[in-house]
Amino acid sequence: MAALPETAMVSTAKAVANDSRSAEAEGGGDGAVLLTLPTSPPAAAEARPKEQPVRRSSPVLGMLYRAAAATLPTVVVIGLLLIVWQFACGAPGSSLPAPTKIWADSREVILHPLKGVTFNGLKPSVESGDVGIAVHILTSLRRVAIGFGLAAIAGIGLGVLIGQSRLAYRALDPLFQVLRTVPPLAWLPISLAVFQQAQPSSIFLIFITAIWPVILNTAAGVQAIPPTYRNVAKVLALNPFQYFTKIMLPATVPHMFTGLRIGVGMSWLAIVAAEMVQGGTGIGFFIWDSYNSSLLSDTIVALIWIGLVGFALDRIVGWIGRRVARQA
Amino acid sequence: MKTRSYLALEDISVTFPTPKGPFTALQQVDLSIDKGEFVALIGHSGCGKSTLLNVISGLTKASRGVVFLDGEVIDSPGPDRAVIFQDHSLLPWLTVEENVRLAVDQTHRGSRAERRDWVRHNLELVHMGHALAKRPAELSGGMKQRVGIARAIAMNPRVLLMDEPFGALDALTRASLQDAVMEIQAKLRNTVVMITHDVDEAVLLADRVVMMTNGPAATIGEDLRVALPRPRNRIEVAETHDYNHARAEVLHFLHQRFSNPVDLAA
Repeated sequence: MAALPETAMVSTAKAVANDSRSAEAEGGGDGAVLLTLPTSPPAAAEARPKEQPVRRSSPVLGMLYRAAAATLPTVVVIGLLLIVWQFACGAPGSSLPAPTKIWADSREVILHPLKGVTFNGLKPSVESGDVGIAVHILTSLRRVAIGFGLAAIAGIGLGVLIGQSRLAYRALDPLFQVLRTVPPLAWLPISLAVFQQAQPSSIFLIFITAIWPVILNTAAGVQAIPPTYRNVAKVLALNPFQYFTKIMLPATVPHMFTGLRIGVGMSWLAIVAAEMVQGGTGIGFFIWDSYNSSLLSDTIVALIWIGLVGFALDRIVGWIGRRVARQA
Repeated sequence: MKTRSYLALEDISVTFPTPKGPFTALQQVDLSIDKGEFVALIGHSGCGKSTLLNVISGLTKASRGVVFLDGEVIDSPGPDRAVIFQDHSLLPWLTVEENVRLAVDQTHRGSRAERRDWVRHNLELVHMGHALAKRPAELSGGMKQRVGIARAIAMNPRVLLMDEPFGALDALTRASLQDAVMEIQAKLRNTVVMITHDVDEAVLLADRVVMMTNGPAATIGEDLRVALPRPRNRIEVAETHDYNHARAEVLHFLHQRFSNPVDLAA
């Protein structure tokens, strides 16, 4: 499966979402699907006319071929969208800048994301004031890392508690169900009032946004542990700590990471909103600042950065989840 | 003071609370099993066989009565009463070796190397030594249950409890697993209580076939000794009078004296 990352990823992502137990069975299925793949789509072969006709014996060509088949449709769609956008907004005086105008306006922002950072050996030092977009992103990421890290720890702990104890579930679940519907920005005034400063209050905002899916998914995972595993634990006379590490944790990991994955996505949503309101630093501030300076092109560049970083965060958490599920 | 058998169930009753009021699953069950004896429990679905096994394992508490094992009162689960579950209950995130190792680590002190050797020895006994690094999902149903058996016998239990261990397997696989159980039993002489639906399985494997009446309030209807010499070969015994007689007795009990309650209702 190592040579076939795309399909492997799909199948194991499914396994993580549902149940790690099915991982091997899914993996078995992959082989069968992939065996038929190289013989099927002629369209992708035509799209790369310079290639030699695909020889099934060469694994490198096979990999290139599959990579092309996987990415080409996306590339084509992006190209079409850019063309439509260009035609729709290309007229002078258009309220939304067209791609060519964005390039002209925001070339600095696009090409120098690390502006204001000087490397002293490997140690970066950041100037204050006008810095590149990547520096803003990193500031936001640092806040997410702290807030989300705290949410993951507290969320898994609380999730195990209400998943394991019926009393705790009855006591806390209604509370969680109500609080989780409160939009992140609604917490902001309270957070600012309590913490008084931008940094801790935005970290709190991340925490309070990301914790609910972690709690609820972990609890669902603990409740879904098959009764026979509990019986095995009883017959083996595992103590509570052993039960936690040897049965509950591995059985719940797929659910946990579903929650963490949703949580990290929501933190990223919340941080941008929080920084827009609070100002100072971070990618949210960058957007607000560029809007106030009527630099809509910069805003659009920031949007793309946010999307790509959010996508990367989601994939990273998903990847860790699969690694952990496999080893647990 | 009367002398008790190695495993003695005395006046066991089990009542479950239900929304419609208490449900009596078992009523006044008395059963004595000697050390090294292989007992098959047979009866129709819903007759409380599994409940009785769970009382012995300690997973279910008896509402009345006491279970004695080697003179001690049993009231909670423990590794001295290993259970082979119908669905094998291997942990899917552990390899074959790790599954058995989990049980061995709980029951054996010894050094790391000794424990590892013991794990492998038991997997060899069930002919699964070739699959140490495999995960349960990579094994067939019969192989998984072999590992389940290895996990149970590796615990050196005082009683081996089998809850319809081969119920989910096809007939041919079941036969080879039965042979494996007989082979192991000849070596280890465990005290075994096995639940089964299968008359041939009961008669072939067991020293005694204990037949249960239909629930609710099921109890032991008949207790038949199978006097076939060991080792038993399924083809040879099938032609003997003792085997066919025992088989007929069980069939008579199950299908005439206590026929399936669902069939009666229909």
